[in-house]
Amino acid sequence: MFQIRVEYFAILREHVGCTHESLSTSAATVADLYAELDRRHVFPALGRLKVAVNDEFCDWSTPLRDGDSVVFIPPVAGG
Amino acid sequence: MSRFGFSRGPVDLAACRAQLADPAAGAYASFEGWVRNHNEGRDGVLRLEYEGYEQLGVKEGERIIAEALDRFDISSAHCIHRLGELEIGALAVWVGVSAAHRDAAFAACRYIIDEVKHRVPIWKKEHYADGNSGWVNCEACAAHATEAKGSHHA
Repeated sequence: MFQIRVEYFAILREHVGCTHESLSTSAATVADLYAELDRRHVFPALGRLKVAVNDEFCDWSTPLRDGDSVVFIPPVAGG
Repeated sequence: MSRFGFSRGPVDLAACRAQLADPAAGAYASFEGWVRNHNEGRDGVLRLEYEGYEQLGVKEGERIIAEALDRFDISSAHCIHRLGELEIGALAVWVGVSAAHRDAAFAACRYIIDEVKHRVPIWKKEHYADGNSGWVNCEACAAHATEAKGSHHA
């Protein structure tokens, strides 16, 4: 088990009811972490999400390390 | 100084434009995105709320500006995106490009706004006259994905 921080924005922030949470996990990848959190929060289905670790976009297969900060990115709508 | 930024207050367009000044530039092209009162066939949008993932947003925005400077023969380019609550008619995003000639300035300006809309982590919540609200590109997508029982990622 290791500690990670998850930050939530927009529709996910409203759904979860907080801007961030810290948790202990044994999730091997960011996809595994999403699945673990989805079981707890039952995220709205949003089609294609992107994901960032430590403020950079990354693949869903990216391995997690202790202290990582993860953001799941719903479809964007700037402009 | 940074060429892409977020602003929580009104944008000083004269100051933005002045940053692009260059004796070798014969052209300046800009784009302003404004808050409109309708979207995707739905009327009665009263105001918008923009939320950004700023740490990643400024990095991605800077990458887009760097790409524009690489691809087009321009002198300089900047972009500012508003965050927070905005009323109808307010400026939501500004892009400015200076170049020796107009073709490159127009093309780069178009490139930057298109890429910003697709890539920078910014979300837009519309508040409607009937009291409802919704996150643009998320609500319809959520309904569709639920029907299709689609997976959450590619």
